[in-house]
Amino acid sequence: MPLRGSYQGSSFFELLQSDHPLLAPDLSGWGESAAAMVPHGTTVLTMKFADGVLVAGDRLATAGHSVASRDVVKVFETDPHSVMAISGAAGPCIEMARILSVELEHYEKLEGEPLELEGKANKLSQMIRANLPAAMQGLAVVPLFAGFDTRRKTGRLWKFDITGGRYEEGEFDATGSGGLYARESLKHGWRFDLGRDEAIRVAVAALTAAADEDRATGGVDLERGIYPVVKICTSDGHGDASEDEIAGCYRDILAARSAGGNL
Amino acid sequence: MSMPFYVSPEQVMADKAEFARKGIARGKSIVALEHQGGVLLMAENATTLSKVGEIYDRIAFAGVGKFSEFDQLRKVGVRFADTTGYAYSREDVRARSLANAFSQVIGEVFTREIKPLELEIIVAEVGDDRYEDHKGNSLYRIKYDGFISDHPGFCAIGGNVEEVESVLKNDYREGMPAGQVANLGRRALSAGAERSSELDAGSLEVCFLDRERTGRKFCRLSADEVQGMLDDS
Repeated sequence: MPLRGSYQGSSFFELLQSDHPLLAPDLSGWGESAAAMVPHGTTVLTMKFADGVLVAGDRLATAGHSVASRDVVKVFETDPHSVMAISGAAGPCIEMARILSVELEHYEKLEGEPLELEGKANKLSQMIRANLPAAMQGLAVVPLFAGFDTRRKTGRLWKFDITGGRYEEGEFDATGSGGLYARESLKHGWRFDLGRDEAIRVAVAALTAAADEDRATGGVDLERGIYPVVKICTSDGHGDASEDEIAGCYRDILAARSAGGNL
Repeated sequence: MSMPFYVSPEQVMADKAEFARKGIARGKSIVALEHQGGVLLMAENATTLSKVGEIYDRIAFAGVGKFSEFDQLRKVGVRFADTTGYAYSREDVRARSLANAFSQVIGEVFTREIKPLELEIIVAEVGDDRYEDHKGNSLYRIKYDGFISDHPGFCAIGGNVEEVESVLKNDYREGMPAGQVANLGRRALSAGAERSSELDAGSLEVCFLDRERTGRKFCRLSADEVQGMLDDS
């Protein structure tokens, strides 16, 4: 433990790059063939609702045409007021979520107060930009970031591109291989004044629609008891939708479908 | 050619120690006390420059002496803890290893540099009920020369540490509730400050490692919360 390491700032991500390069390796030397062999996470979505934001993701990871994992988690609490959902190469994605969560805590401890929500989104965008060389070779990290802005008293959400481009969305967004279908479904079900239970219902419907059209999206797996992760972030902090709630929503969708209705 | 004066190593060390002690003696005191619900850290400090800080999930830091020096050390500790926790697991970050690392750094400066660090620190860890071998609390004190010692129950650092410690030695009992411990801490710090009246809540910086919390157990109390805690017993 040196009293004066070479890095003196408040960013954990920069600390790793500067003083611990082996803990933050550059993956750009892998070559494109590696991208097909590593698991990829698929559909995640986020939306505003009356009390804050909701972030949800299915549980499937694929490697090429095979299932890599049926119960991977793609939605992470990065601190008490923010959530990150990942799609893209699962390894670098999950690692980025871990680093961001340490980053936010690290900053708060060193500076004595937490970053603003916008500052957190901006930091994530810099981390994605640093990953650009690897992203160009197929190891892309394309997350969604959402949280409750305690100053503005509202939920906010952002999407990103592989260059670290950061776009704030006013309503909802979805990304990953099934993102297009999830967005279509959200477009029909979403309203700005959805209550908590309705928001969960709309999210489960969107993931179900994505799983229906996109083979790489998992949806609800009643047989194995594997449910999407649905996280809710409000002024009170986090609260997850329970598996029972999600299963209930899904059964209603199935019932409507077998009764001949649309999804 | 002029010959440098010979100064014995004993004299060099004694001079450095004297210098560091003087720096610390000017400052106010801090106490750390175990109680039923965790560990309480209390500093006589009415400024906004914190002397007590969070290091990791179960670990807190407190320093007296020169602010820039102990605050630098706190930051080094946070970097060390966050890197260890990231490279291994959150449960692998322990106070004993951190306190040892602090002791190495401070001792190294004391031996090698002309000016020693003018500080004394406490590293406190609250127990974790989930693991049989992590249940106990730990309090470590590290002095300006790197001397490290562990103090079951309570620990004090700072200017008039003898007066503070004598109050704690007389009245501290194992398993006291938080409110009683807060009042004892205030009484001890008031004795150290050589005041006739007790310090008020506004001139105390109080932090708490709360055993009951999940995840990060450190919390900083506002003046109102401190008053509430003092009135509680």
